[in-house]
Amino acid sequence: MTDLTCLTLAEARDALTARKLSSVELTQAHLVAMERGRALNAYVAETPDRALAMARASDARLTQRQGGPLEGLPLGIKDLYATKDVHTQACSHILDHFRPPYESTVTAQLWRDGAVMLGKLNMDEFAMGSSNETSHYGPVASPWLPPNWSAEQGRAALKGGRRGLLVPGGSSGGSASAVAARLCLAATASDTGGSIRQPAAFTGTAGIKPTYGRCSRYGMVAFASSLDQAGPIARTVRDAAIMLRSMAGYDAKDSTCFDAPVPDYEAAVGRSVKSMTIGVPREYRLEGMNPEIEKLWGQGVEWLRNAGARIVDVSLPNTRHALPAYYIVAPAEASSNLARYDGVRYGLREPAADITGLYEKTRAAGFGPEVRRRVMIGTYVLSAGYYDAYYVRAQKIRTLIKRDFETAFANGVDAMLTPATPSAAFGIGEKASADPVEMYLNDVFTVTVNMAGLPGLVAPAGLSAEGLPLGLQLIGRPFDEETLFSLGEIIEQAAGRTRLPDPWWV
Amino acid sequence: MSVDQAAVRRIARLARIAVSDGEVPHLQGEINAILAFVEQLGDVDVEGVEPMTSVIPMRLPLRADVVTDGEIESLVLANAPMSEDGFFVVPKVIE
Repeated sequence: MTDLTCLTLAEARDALTARKLSSVELTQAHLVAMERGRALNAYVAETPDRALAMARASDARLTQRQGGPLEGLPLGIKDLYATKDVHTQACSHILDHFRPPYESTVTAQLWRDGAVMLGKLNMDEFAMGSSNETSHYGPVASPWLPPNWSAEQGRAALKGGRRGLLVPGGSSGGSASAVAARLCLAATASDTGGSIRQPAAFTGTAGIKPTYGRCSRYGMVAFASSLDQAGPIARTVRDAAIMLRSMAGYDAKDSTCFDAPVPDYEAAVGRSVKSMTIGVPREYRLEGMNPEIEKLWGQGVEWLRNAGARIVDVSLPNTRHALPAYYIVAPAEASSNLARYDGVRYGLREPAADITGLYEKTRAAGFGPEVRRRVMIGTYVLSAGYYDAYYVRAQKIRTLIKRDFETAFANGVDAMLTPATPSAAFGIGEKASADPVEMYLNDVFTVTVNMAGLPGLVAPAGLSAEGLPLGLQLIGRPFDEETLFSLGEIIEQAAGRTRLPDPWWV
Repeated sequence: MSVDQAAVRRIARLARIAVSDGEVPHLQGEINAILAFVEQLGDVDVEGVEPMTSVIPMRLPLRADVVTDGEIESLVLANAPMSEDGFFVVPKVIE
């Protein structure tokens, strides 16, 4: 049974189409794995009955040779996607018991293409975090054990609150952990400052944040509306391409969604990268950079060069302003988006004598400390007297950041190669220091991409000296996800398929 | 720039988040840590630069002004903590 969860999404798809395997068998195998892996805390809501019903319907269609591109394939869904009548809380207490009466466009497209829903995946509360530690449901354990830990130590830690185990990254920590632990074939995730790419790098999986506007945000719990974007986390670059094709597409219900056809992204996997020009941005070489990360970056450059790409040095002078500018823009937009959580129409309500009391008590009780921090920063930078100095200034810097990329692309660069994270995964509780900024520094390589609205892909690029996964990031031109898939495949193949950990938690 | 305790209380009131007296100093520290981090942006030359309004170049799409949805009152109220006769019920609003 567990063998079936070792198939990639592509392999499972082919086996189902050839009727070597049924969706019910495949789904059942994943449900068993989920039960055995429950202590990892990757899922916050499991939907086994629905999954099996969907699997049976898929098997009927497959028998008639009427299967869609994702027919019968069991997936996990990040908790911020509205799934009709199913738990949707963005892992926040303030959305307690919320069950949407509507479906997000991205998930509706997955079901349209025949996929099976296993359940909702854990995440940082309202997508604010880089370790999945801010979730109302508690942290997620990565299936990768800390260096030199035995399976017994791992199991003991799972029983004792998961302290010391590794974070899977965030905010899509549940998605990354579930994919790496084989508790689903692939997962939906979302990315505002790196929340697909950083967890993918931490868990040895592949993830892509497509160009802003490539996927519809209708039905996604909003964090920062000019930065949020949907995308998949999967075990391989090919699997991520298959997922993105179903997730992407124009939607009239999202006025920031771009109207352009969705290419067959899978066809780009395996395409030659000869004569592509790859930019290596010098400002990503940080002072005091982890030497292993720097070495891996150089290795990635060699892999692409060996595949026939031309490597050029580029300069993106405003890179170092991206992280502070992000921590003005994103909280500002969040303070606006989270104003709706007021105890009136859905979710938590605290008793109060008057309406202001209702708002203040509900929000104080309902938001976790990180969310409260960001809403307050956002409120401050948008308030009278500070709006120009902070928010408008940050938006001008955003224009400069985007301009840097546009200049490089206009000079003939097809894509850029950068590190994905400043380090491998750290331990749960390790960064619980007093300084919130320390956690924010995890996003240093990823936020630029959201600020510029560009596509960014992370491919698994091998293991650190301590045996932990490391990823490399590729940044592309707007709506040129195909180039990223072609390049990502080169990296993944050159690094050798990451062998995911055996289930020590069972 | 940094905030004092009065500013923290004012921000909390604007954000409609109740903050106890005991929490104010800690919040002040957190907010000031973040403000210190973003302070560096004050040195950037943004002369003549337009603030970014749209991440990708596009016009806001318009549609005909006709009703295309509605009559879903029960769905809209389905998650309400308290509702009655088709209304959301809240504590008193007017003094």
